Amino acid sequence: MEPVLISPASFKLFGFIPTVIFSVLLPLLGVGLFTYIMAKRVAPLVKANPDFRFDRPKERILNVLKIWLGQWRHPRYMMAGVLHIIIFFGFLILSVRSTELVIKGISEGFVMPGLGGTLGDIYYFFKDYAATAVFFAVIIAAVRRGIFRPDRYHYPESYGHDHTNEAVFVCLVIATLMVSESLYEAALVAAEVQAGHDATFLAPGTLAWFFKNMLLDNSTKSLQAYHIASYYVHDLTFFFFLCFLPMGKHFHVITSLFNVFFMRLDRGNVRPVRYGVSDEELDDLETFGVKKFSDFTWKDILDFYTCADCGRCSDQCPANTVKRPLSPRFISIKGRDYAFSHFPLMGNFVAQEPLIGEGGIYSEDEIWSCTTCGACEQECPIGIEYINKIVDLRRGMVDEGNVPQSLQKPLSSLEKRGNPYGKMEKKRAEWTKELENCEVKVLDKKTSAETLYFVDSISSFDERMQNVARATATIMCAVGEDFGILGKEEKDSGNEVKRFGEEMLYQSLKAHNSEAIKNSGVKKIVTADPHAYNALKNEYSEMPPVEHISQVIVKNVSSGRLKLKGVSEEEANKVYTYHDPCYLGRHNSLYDEPRAAIDAIPGIRRVEMLKSRDRSFCCSGGGLMLFYEPEEEERMGVVRVKHAQKAGANVIVTACPFCLVNMEDAIKVAGLEGKMEAIDLGELIAAHIDS
Amino acid sequence: MADVFAYIKHADGVADDSALELIVAAKKIAPDASVTAVVTGSGADLDKVCSEMATVYNAVWKIDNAALAYPNAEVVRKALVAILPADSIVLLPHDTFGMDLGPGLSIKMDSTFVADIVGVDGVDGTTLKVVRQEFSGAVSTHVTCDISAGAVLNMRPGVFQPDDTKFGGDVVDKSGDAGDLSAKRTFIEVVEAEAGDVDITKSEVLVSVGRGIEDEDNIEMVFDLAKAMGADVSCSRPIVDAKWLEKSRQVGTSGQTVKPKVYMAMGISGSFQHMGGIKGNPFIVAVNKNAKAPIFQVADVGIEADILEFIPELTEAIENL
Amino acid sequence: MEILVCVKRVPDTSENEIEINGDGNDIERDDLVYSVNEWDNYAVEEAIQIVDKVGGSVTVVTVGDDESEEVLRREMAMGANNGLLLTDDGFEGADGKGIATILKAAVEKGNYDLILTGAQADEGAAQVGGMLAAMLDYPYASLVNLIEPGDGKLKVGREIEGGNQEMNEIELPCVLSIQTGINEPRYVGIRGIRKVASVEIPELSASDLGLDAAAVGADAAKVKRVDYFVPDMGEGAEMLEGSTEEIIEKLIEYLKAKGGLK
Repeated sequence: MEPVLISPASFKLFGFIPTVIFSVLLPLLGVGLFTYIMAKRVAPLVKANPDFRFDRPKERILNVLKIWLGQWRHPRYMMAGVLHIIIFFGFLILSVRSTELVIKGISEGFVMPGLGGTLGDIYYFFKDYAATAVFFAVIIAAVRRGIFRPDRYHYPESYGHDHTNEAVFVCLVIATLMVSESLYEAALVAAEVQAGHDATFLAPGTLAWFFKNMLLDNSTKSLQAYHIASYYVHDLTFFFFLCFLPMGKHFHVITSLFNVFFMRLDRGNVRPVRYGVSDEELDDLETFGVKKFSDFTWKDILDFYTCADCGRCSDQCPANTVKRPLSPRFISIKGRDYAFSHFPLMGNFVAQEPLIGEGGIYSEDEIWSCTTCGACEQECPIGIEYINKIVDLRRGMVDEGNVPQSLQKPLSSLEKRGNPYGKMEKKRAEWTKELENCEVKVLDKKTSAETLYFVDSISSFDERMQNVARATATIMCAVGEDFGILGKEEKDSGNEVKRFGEEMLYQSLKAHNSEAIKNSGVKKIVTADPHAYNALKNEYSEMPPVEHISQVIVKNVSSGRLKLKGVSEEEANKVYTYHDPCYLGRHNSLYDEPRAAIDAIPGIRRVEMLKSRDRSFCCSGGGLMLFYEPEEEERMGVVRVKHAQKAGANVIVTACPFCLVNMEDAIKVAGLEGKMEAIDLGELIAAHIDS
Repeated sequence: MADVFAYIKHADGVADDSALELIVAAKKIAPDASVTAVVTGSGADLDKVCSEMATVYNAVWKIDNAALAYPNAEVVRKALVAILPADSIVLLPHDTFGMDLGPGLSIKMDSTFVADIVGVDGVDGTTLKVVRQEFSGAVSTHVTCDISAGAVLNMRPGVFQPDDTKFGGDVVDKSGDAGDLSAKRTFIEVVEAEAGDVDITKSEVLVSVGRGIEDEDNIEMVFDLAKAMGADVSCSRPIVDAKWLEKSRQVGTSGQTVKPKVYMAMGISGSFQHMGGIKGNPFIVAVNKNAKAPIFQVADVGIEADILEFIPELTEAIENL
Repeated sequence: MEILVCVKRVPDTSENEIEINGDGNDIERDDLVYSVNEWDNYAVEEAIQIVDKVGGSVTVVTVGDDESEEVLRREMAMGANNGLLLTDDGFEGADGKGIATILKAAVEKGNYDLILTGAQADEGAAQVGGMLAAMLDYPYASLVNLIEPGDGKLKVGREIEGGNQEMNEIELPCVLSIQTGINEPRYVGIRGIRKVASVEIPELSASDLGLDAAAVGADAAKVKRVDYFVPDMGEGAEMLEGSTEEIIEKLIEYLKAKGGLK
């Protein structure tokens, strides 16, 4: 059967120019240009520092299936997420069709291998719906982005120009692809119908179906024109889009698959100063951390390329929420812009100025503003990391001696005394003196125990937080645990020291504690401080198993060894809410145990805050963060206390001494004294032990 | 006992508070000695101060020279070395001027120097025993010094309270003996601190305000109290958060570290971060309506009261002194 | 510009942990940690910044024992080019004048344009810089919080009462004592110190300096500390009770005694 319309492979423009020339030239030019651009884009990755990301392929593939293909994190933002899922799957489906079309322009009978039979029928049926769905999704997305402009996409002036135009433009490009593909098909089918042929089936309600019905009255000549014109509009747009992707935030269309494959597999840790350099060899390194762009690892740069500017990280970032000078999204965007401008598509690489300080892209305060809470990384739908970069930038600053004055004292106290307060080592166990009915052993060569209670600095020295230590010890006594503490042999766990970029100080704290723990001969470690928990569990090596006190509580409640009495009359009128500490929740996935521990108190009323579990809102951080607060409009703790208030709670239970410090201060600042209180999980449980 | 001299600081024709303190200190060191005030400067202002000092000290030595119009310690030192007899005991206030002058003067006089004296035990033969403080006031020490060849003694301002001691004597013009007053350091100007740009880290007395002040409009009363006391105003974090005072006034681990002698914590609960910014073991007065406020643990004197009522009354009482 | 910065190793007293030993003749030093005197640290930073601007080198010097080498290394890790340890058993017990005499001998062995000291140290005397200047016959300015290098001279700001600043011009060579806050000293971590761990630090004894140790040490000291004591301070706050008038009266008495009223 003769085709009713001449295909692009056979058509002659003005009757003598064979359009097949364009069908050949466009892909050649497009692919050639794309290859050139990609080669240029890869250059900075090659020059970057190493990053070990080829291990554990099974887990990586699972991540790809879940986070990339499964779009797992997208529905966390329902509207944008669903739109993205439609476009994403539409793209996946239509990529086959688009490729087929490109070849059809050269060889008109071409059909994608495998799509000749029933599978093809099914595919063609769905791809029309896919195109239609994508079309409407990008129109909604364009309207949402261009007219409604959600706050999330707002660009503060200091961060450069806004990307709304780019976003809307790309929506229109995609819409063009969808329309031209459908129109190309619709014109042909309309001609078939006109010719009385057995017309190709078009799924009802699709764009192509709609266009076909619209075009039925047109002359064959105009249908032929539509057919050819829409084919080349599609072809041109397709290759333009391909080459446009690596120019901006839509690079993620290409890179996200790789970025998710290479994303971090472990939480709660910070990458080594240099991959391939052991702790013992650190002294030999000329320089520490990231000072100039090529000090970043290739994964960092891949992260920059991959950022889609969706703003979810910054929307969740507590520092950004309280208007500290940090917005994680711009860590990436500025990094990407730097890569583009210093590794240009044409001409030589540009000399690299330092990243931080005058002329640099990041400010000191920006980098010190991060609490390493991990909310950004939890949220990013395509596996972009921030904590490693922030810590590495800090390492660079520390190496240059560039440390805020308010942090120098605590750091030097940590070096000399093993705690940031400059308190004497011998006073580390003084909190035990006021403890009643519970003996706390101080472990040494002569005294041993099954379990070590690792107290850490704040609970050892801060008068208010010593109560948390006493509550923890009381619980351990109540469950009959054979335990002790290291006393003056314990030093700060160094979790925050590491995250403030003082790697060598962290190393010395770790070495000291590791030795002391080894010498104590304990079989297990328990701590009530999530920061210590994280360091011991994820950063120290060859440690005995580490448990958080909430796990001890839950275990002993279920075994019946720990009996809790019900709420008092006064408590019965209170509404409790649990605030997830970052280093217990997000970094270590302990969400359920603390809740179960609270719920084990008979009669207690507990509500959830809107932002809870892996969306918990950082209290402003612990450790050295207590000594450094960048400019901010509101305290994070105050924001958090308001969350609790909104949830209808009047007692905030937390499981971290730093959270407690921040919450108690925030309650005062927010003027909620008498209306809101904060208590540590251990304190709450200790007060309800039924002896 | 050798001759005793006290250097009189003055500005705009008015003697510094230390002028009356040094005579008290001098009499503690040498009860029977004749104490001579040394006043340097130029013009009418100098004469005014000299005649004022003549009613108090046993004698006044005046050096009138244009080079001394501003008390440049390097120039003053030259003048003093020229006119003072060997083995003199010279008293200076231990302030920014006395610190500038004292140590070098002692070398040029070939005598003994003791800084920042807060108490005088007495003289035994040629040995003077005094009290000093070390480690930012954490401990006190008794110090002996050999004054046989004279001494330059810097006395801490505000410690030796002026009494009614009035001896009276003549003004002797020593201007002719001052000799060559050229120096390798020349005074240019005094740059006044910008208003509202108080450096609380250097303040000796701080009235520090916390959340107990409740409203921005009430901040005014804190400044009134500080003015009456001659103190500076500092605050705790919430006040800065509320933007009622500038960040430079915030005491605490995330603000300034202050080392005052007296710290008035008004409506401050005394959080861990706040107390971390207070060093040097000051005398802490805490006023708080919450009897359980932790500030009372660390304060020397506590008053359970609402600062909104207490501050105006205290201000009035001090103004009426 | 060749700059010499005089530094001192002092007990770290950031917390109120200074206690007096049983005999009352010294503070309890067993549990103390030591570091460079805070003011000296600012002086070294300032010297480094000046050299960064106009060239030259920074030498840090201290009078002390082997343990004092640690603070020299810390300052060298900051960026000082050379260290110099003045050490002799005979130096022990030197008073301020003795220390200034020892430093003077060291200054004369070198060729320095500018000598910096901290405004004061643990004893709070603020004396060595002024004495050293007078001994050398160099001009001196204390409590310096601004330095602008010029040709053969410096413009320096001195911190005076009321937060005001006294501007002076001072000829080189000169001695300046540096006040805290003049700059923001850089951080020195363990890594920085390890980098300079093996740098040789020359030591000079009394005889190297051409000094008679007996003329600068304890025997020559005219100022001697007899004992340490802690003025009485009670536990917790003394709560003032009574009518508001009575409380205020009592409070004013206290304030007068403690120097809280001017």
